Amino acid sequence: MELLVKQRIKEVLKGDQSAYEEIVEIYKDKVFQLCFRMLGNRHEAEDMAQEAFVRAYVNIHTFNTNLKFSTWLYRIATNLCIDRIRKKKPDYYLDAEVAGTDGLNMYSQIASDIESPEDQVESLELHDIIQREITKLPEKYRTVIVLKYIEELSLKEIGKVLDMPIGTIKTRIHRGREALRKQLSNI
Amino acid sequence: MIPLKCTDEVIEYMHEYLDNDISKENEQKLRQALQDCEDCRNYFNELKKAIAFVQSTSHIEAPSNFTASVMAKLPKEKKKVSVNRWLKHHPFLTAVSLFLVLMSGVLFSSWNTDHQFAFSKQPELVVENDTVIVPEGKVVTGDIVVRNGNIKIEGQVDGNVTVINGDQFLAAAGEVTGDIEEIDQVFEWLWYQVKDTFTQMKNMIMKNKE
Repeated sequence: MELLVKQRIKEVLKGDQSAYEEIVEIYKDKVFQLCFRMLGNRHEAEDMAQEAFVRAYVNIHTFNTNLKFSTWLYRIATNLCIDRIRKKKPDYYLDAEVAGTDGLNMYSQIASDIESPEDQVESLELHDIIQREITKLPEKYRTVIVLKYIEELSLKEIGKVLDMPIGTIKTRIHRGREALRKQLSNI
Repeated sequence: MIPLKCTDEVIEYMHEYLDNDISKENEQKLRQALQDCEDCRNYFNELKKAIAFVQSTSHIEAPSNFTASVMAKLPKEKKKVSVNRWLKHHPFLTAVSLFLVLMSGVLFSSWNTDHQFAFSKQPELVVENDTVIVPEGKVVTGDIVVRNGNIKIEGQVDGNVTVINGDQFLAAAGEVTGDIEEIDQVFEWLWYQVKDTFTQMKNMIMKNKE
């Protein structure tokens, strides 16, 4: 896999844009998942994940081929998400809750012929709760928890993604786990 | 032995365990604590439950048009590269188109240099301006080809008459024993060239056989 990706990167470096398509195909789900778990919102996640791929393409000449491409890509995506969380502007998305209403979102403001929100919520309820709790974590704990338990990276890889010593990663994971334990203990 | 309570020390062991990063010694202490203390057991279970919950969130996939959207957002690549790639991926088409380009070059250059008035030399023919005349009462033996000019046949031609980029007038008294052909269009002219080449080749082969 890494070999194929390295080959494609060489082609991209020669200027062959279409070789990048395969790279996007390989990593799109992982990067989208990372962004979604970090941000808790599909629209933002899609924006950020696409932005991550575009940035990786534009800066591909700075990629050090001794590294794993996925590590580098995750670094770009996490940095983008963290920036996004930090300067969280009140962007309006259709599935954001309308203030002062109980669970009403923007979709309810427009005519809809798709399945009612209740149908979707029923099956995903537990996932939604968990996602909400993940999103409540402070961003520095959220990042390591998502990388470790959703992207299933090793501590060493997380250290490389975030460019931090393993000791720091461990501490953050411990704190993140503690926070999650408290938040999820009543489920 | 005094049972260990839910001290920070035990909690630290729990995290070490969850990171797969615990020494045999500490693992032993942790097991002992979990056995002896219900609070420790609950605490440890809560940690494991939290992890299991996070891991259980179903794996979501990127939207279906994701890759296309990314590709559309990329800065445009240089034209040269896409042409090179196309050529590399279609070697046969490349060869064919290269051949066509060269061939048409050759044919068109000969079409262009062919624009002066010319005709097959025959002793009986008379020329007026750009019109070749087969005079009345004369017999021309052999084929006549006229380029960029007209032919007026008042006498008799014992062979084919071909007019390229011109008209032929056959007088009432005139007679042609072979075919009369007028060629005006580029494609007709091309076809004529091809036919002509083949006829010449055939004749050569026939001669060789003899």
